[in-house]
Amino acid sequence: MRVFRLHVNGDPVEVAAPEHWTLLEVLRYQLGLTGSKQGCDKGDCGACTVLVDGTPTLSCLSLAATVEDQQITTIEGLLPAHRAAGGEGADPLQESFDESGALQCGFCQPGMILSAKALLAENPDPSAAEIKESLAGNLCRCTGYTQIYEAVLAAAKADMHAAISTDSAKEVQS
Amino acid sequence: MLRLPKFEVKNPATAEEAVAMILEIEGDARFIAGGTDLNPNMKHGLFAPERVIALNGIGELQGIRLDEDGSMRIGAMATLAEVTKHAELNQFYPALCQAAKLVSGPQLRNMGTLGGNVMLDTRCQWYNQTYFWRKSLGYCMKKDGSKCHVVEGGSKCVAAASNDTAPALMTLNAELEFVTTEGRARLPIADLWQADGIWNKKLPHTALLVAIHLPKPAANSHGAYGKLRDRGSVDFPLFGIAARLNFGSDGTIEDAALCAVALQARPWPLKKAASLLIGTHPGKDDFNDAVEKVANLAAKQCRPMPNIPGDHEYRHLMVPVFTRRTLHAAASDEGPVHHV
Repeated sequence: MRVFRLHVNGDPVEVAAPEHWTLLEVLRYQLGLTGSKQGCDKGDCGACTVLVDGTPTLSCLSLAATVEDQQITTIEGLLPAHRAAGGEGADPLQESFDESGALQCGFCQPGMILSAKALLAENPDPSAAEIKESLAGNLCRCTGYTQIYEAVLAAAKADMHAAISTDSAKEVQS
Repeated sequence: MLRLPKFEVKNPATAEEAVAMILEIEGDARFIAGGTDLNPNMKHGLFAPERVIALNGIGELQGIRLDEDGSMRIGAMATLAEVTKHAELNQFYPALCQAAKLVSGPQLRNMGTLGGNVMLDTRCQWYNQTYFWRKSLGYCMKKDGSKCHVVEGGSKCVAAASNDTAPALMTLNAELEFVTTEGRARLPIADLWQADGIWNKKLPHTALLVAIHLPKPAANSHGAYGKLRDRGSVDFPLFGIAARLNFGSDGTIEDAALCAVALQARPWPLKKAASLLIGTHPGKDDFNDAVEKVANLAAKQCRPMPNIPGDHEYRHLMVPVFTRRTLHAAASDEGPVHHV
């Protein structure tokens, strides 16, 4: 056993687990964060995707022992972060996936949303091709890709509208 | 659910410390870079080390920099995503960036490293399987057994080098900087390989690759990488080919290099074929004629085997197609070449 000092969803966490465990195993079986899915468990499907320092990373192929100094974001962290930043409801991407019906079984959804989250952080106005490319490591076995792409596009537009209306409000106030 | 074998994890701060750690125990120990190859392989029971040495805390393995002599130094832990996005690498070594960009999917490129891709284990459809699957088959000579399922009665493992960046680095005459117990040494990448699918490198796995050095590029150097694969993402190559073309001031090809991968245990340089391009003029008939000859010669020299997934006769038919397309893409800066 080893005590891992992780930073998960903004909180420092000390957690004891076998030294050879993956980040995914520590998240799911020690911390109870089961939003990150254990799909293929060998790097093919992307269902275990989390953000490590903001970068989409496969937690099934990451040793917990190699991510101790980095910020880990799981799907469970999006809503609290959104609320803490003054937002209402869930993260815009979560809202958009909901409104667009961008899921069937839902198994791929946490990974899809986190890959999309990293894309929008880097590129708030992505093209359809850029969305497709950024989600190329996330498989949907229900093959519901079209609505997933639409959900990301809609979230980007919603974010941009929100940013524009905030800027407009500031301009009006000044 | 695929579990890793039990091992201890060490986090060294220097390359020398890492090499000492891999040698100080009697049992098997492995370096881990991005973990995108070793972890699935350990989950498949292909390796069961007692110790895993994580390289992510070693400063000198990080980063990409232009050295004073005009060469580039790429730390072995530079991720494939970093290589893909690097401005100077894209400008001067396009085949490498294109190859890195076609490795697997976004997450694996964020994690996987250039050093890891160079040191990638060979692959075979009879080897890269779960323990249960391999046991049902009676294993193979690369792991736990003695037979080869690719070549009946074969005495040598023919698992294939499947690292997309290796042929690109071969055409660029890269040098690899290793730390071993004897100290530091630089090795031309062409001298790394041996024709043995069980371990296709001349250095043991205890040698630590710390950096990849790319020589200063010629003034007018072009390149491209072509990759045959089933899907547009998350697939190893069914065939890969890298090209480098150096143009003279009048647009004549002064130097050319070609190297293929996903055939046998080692990347496969096509020196004779590439030499046919020298003295020709891209955009003119002599170049187009030479490309046809090169493509035909490549098809004679590259003989895909039923070692990796994909029909090997189809893969063979695609050799001249991808050779031709990749050479035209290199000449016109329109790479990479891939059909999906």
